[in-house]
Amino acid sequence: MGNGTSIGKVRGLGSAHEGAHHWLVQRFTAIGNVVLSIWLMASFILLPDLSYETVSSYLAGPIPATAMVLLIISVFWHARLGLQVLVEDYVHTAGNKFGVLALLNLATLGGAAFGIFCVVRLALGGAA
Amino acid sequence: MSNRPLSPHLSIWKWGPHMLVSILHRVTGDGMAIVGLGILLWWLGALASGPEAYATFQGWVWADFGALSFSGAEILSSIVKILLKIVLIGLSWAFFTHLCSGLRHFVLDIGAGYELDANRMWSIASPIIAILLTAAFWAAIILL
Ligand code: HEM
Ligand code: HEM
Repeated sequence: MGNGTSIGKVRGLGSAHEGAHHWLVQRFTAIGNVVLSIWLMASFILLPDLSYETVSSYLAGPIPATAMVLLIISVFWHARLGLQVLVEDYVHTAGNKFGVLALLNLATLGGAAFGIFCVVRLALGGAA
Repeated sequence: MSNRPLSPHLSIWKWGPHMLVSILHRVTGDGMAIVGLGILLWWLGALASGPEAYATFQGWVWADFGALSFSGAEILSSIVKILLKIVLIGLSWAFFTHLCSGLRHFVLDIGAGYELDANRMWSIASPIIAILLTAAFWAAIILL
């Protein structure tokens, strides 16, 4: 690995060996998103209203709660991979890129954990 | 690195519908990931916190425009409420747009749809279908 031009620095290293996997998981989670987000949109349409009572008792049921947890996992994973591509495209300084990707991981992991906790709380009856 | 010539030459290009879908796919995906997931968590957090928190959430994202007040300090919160409703409708549009261009990605990924005419046709069709789906979604919410 030289320290000349950008191409010179990476020549001979081969690929990073993670692009294809990332690409494939983006597709797998996209398929999950299609099924689960259409379920959520259909639920919004088919529920008689979107009041607290209606929505919270609906989401507390075993099947909707499971679907919602799966939706959170699929969408957050997909969004994390998608935003990583955005960062890799536009943030070019190695240190900044590392920092932003670290933040992205914390935000998506924390967000997904919070979302799942909320569904579990609804389903197991901890909410007021 | 910064003074090197760039390819493609950014001043020499002509708009095409395939560029529009590509850009829309990124804008809607990133918009949903950054703004949409925030609102999703706000919604779930409000549900998990009880009826009062849910009422507060609804009051912000789906305010009754007839009841908004524009006197004194309330101007700011009223403007935010109007913006949030636009954001929510915008997110539904982003969802259907990303869904259609995402399904188009699946077709391209299996190696189909690269003929110039077919590619152009679906590039134009996918954002239009998305607008129709968004309208149908809101019509269904209101009517059903
Ligand atoms: C509705 C079903 C969905 C499908 C079929 C879908 C499909 C896809 C596909 C195929 C890609 C990869 C594009 C590429 O390789 O250039 C992608 C990227 C992306 N998706 Fe989705 N997606 C869906 C839902 C969502 C949702 C709900 C979100 C956000 C909450 C999201 C956020 C993103 C982001 C941020 C990217 C990266 C965009 C880019 O790099 O240009 N997607 N999506
Ligand atoms: C002749 C002009 C252009 C060429 C040859 C070109 C080429 C490309 C290529 C090869 C990609 C990667 C595709 C992929 O990862 O699947 C791409 C992605 C992208 N380009 Fe361009 N581009 C051009 C003009 C533009 C312009 C003018 C804009 C914005 C104003 C733009 C915005 C984007 C965006 C947002 C993406 C990411 C989309 C995605 O990942 O699906 N492009 N472009």
